[in-house]
Amino acid sequence: MPTKPKIAFYWCASCGGCEEAVVDLAEDILGVIEKIDIVLWPVAMDFKKKDIQAMPDGSIVATLLNGAIRSDEQEEMAHLLRRKSQYMIAYGACAHLGGIPSLANQYSREQMLKYVYEETPTTHNEQKVRPQLKWSENGREVTLPELRHVVRALDQVVDVDYYIPGCPPTPKITQQAVGALLEGKLPPKGTTLAPDIALCDQCARKGTKPTDVSFTEFKRPHQKLLDPEKCFLSQGVVCMGPATRGGCEAVCTAGNMPCTGCFGPTSRVKDQGAKILSSLCANIGPRDEEGIDKVLAGIPDPVGTFYRYGLAKCMLRRKVNLPPQAQEAKV
Amino acid sequence: MNNPIWQPRIVAFFCTWCTYTAADLAGVSRMKYAANVRVIRVMCSGRVDPQFVMDALAKGADGVLIGGCHPNDCHYAEGNYKMLRRFRLLQRMLTDLGIETERVRLEWISAAEGEKVKTVINDMVEKIKAMGPLNLPGRFQEWDREMDSLEHAATQPKESEKPHAH
Repeated sequence: MPTKPKIAFYWCASCGGCEEAVVDLAEDILGVIEKIDIVLWPVAMDFKKKDIQAMPDGSIVATLLNGAIRSDEQEEMAHLLRRKSQYMIAYGACAHLGGIPSLANQYSREQMLKYVYEETPTTHNEQKVRPQLKWSENGREVTLPELRHVVRALDQVVDVDYYIPGCPPTPKITQQAVGALLEGKLPPKGTTLAPDIALCDQCARKGTKPTDVSFTEFKRPHQKLLDPEKCFLSQGVVCMGPATRGGCEAVCTAGNMPCTGCFGPTSRVKDQGAKILSSLCANIGPRDEEGIDKVLAGIPDPVGTFYRYGLAKCMLRRKVNLPPQAQEAKV
Repeated sequence: MNNPIWQPRIVAFFCTWCTYTAADLAGVSRMKYAANVRVIRVMCSGRVDPQFVMDALAKGADGVLIGGCHPNDCHYAEGNYKMLRRFRLLQRMLTDLGIETERVRLEWISAAEGEKVKTVINDMVEKIKAMGPLNLPGRFQEWDREMDSLEHAATQPKESEKPHAH
């Protein structure tokens, strides 16, 4: 019997939405499963790390890995799966760009752990207990992975062959990517498997995009009743569409929410946040500093708005003046 | 960097019509200014993409200077305003990302202001010297050192992973 190509799914620092996206293939998943052998899929199947370790190097055709890399365990799994796979595919915004988890790159590990375990309004932790990497009780030892100081996209840790963008990727681009993989019709290494054109191209509101937009204010979606047909930019709402790759078929703008940028930039843009900043700011109405700042006050958090899914892949990668890692105590 | 003879490196984007011409004037007038600036001539300050600024910093510049025509004097009517608007938000965003505001500077310098090129550059070099190196490439390396041990381990299969151990 000819063996079917082996595929692995793995998750790292992610929310589980990417797993959901695979399940969203619905009954089409049966067609996929007919053609492939799933060798690892922690969310749904009971294969273990040792099963993967026992396989010869390169014996998995492709690993679709979702989630950012932020612990030593995730890093180790990424390396292991890289070695066992012919193709390593970054699946979803977190593996592709660092995703929402990489917004943590604005803080040091210590700041983050202190806040989460000691300072949030709902935390009651008088003894300031923190999770330990090792703990022994009754002669049994339990361990936890160690958090890294920096959250990384997959290609900042291992060599990546292809990227499937999105938070989460749509069933359609997932299916097209898996199809291309099984038929061996893959584009050059390093390609993002989605159309290489800005989202505006697929947006139903494209016709109402003004050529001479001139912002007098910026409103966030919850501050304004949004017209369901007009271009968000013409309504003074930040839409990441012009600096974001299409391929999602503009599902958010169809649902009357502006694009938040999850597909990342097109191949011609190196830094998505810098690019949307450039585009939005150039079109502000006022010409004097005071007037400009008043308009820009409508964007209170540029890092969180422009790098919502990709701070790890921002050219600066992280807040650059955080305390040196060596000075921070172990978890 | 512990190098005692460290000198700041500043990348300057000068608009060809005003500031670049002013730098030229400073040159032919034999004015002396700090030699820490690498000038890149652009057609207009409005051509300076925020990506250029961030790329310069990420690749090792200690500061970025942008020079354009005075308000109302842009050769293309609007370019310097575009730069000013981008600059206002870029400054704020870079501050959020931990870059000191003095490291990125926007100045209006007309073709006649050779003297201003000199004073601005000297002043900026002095301020950055006082702040010390930004050294982002070095910081990136430092951040990634936490991955070294594992990467080394990952290139060689562990004993327990070898299919025919024992």
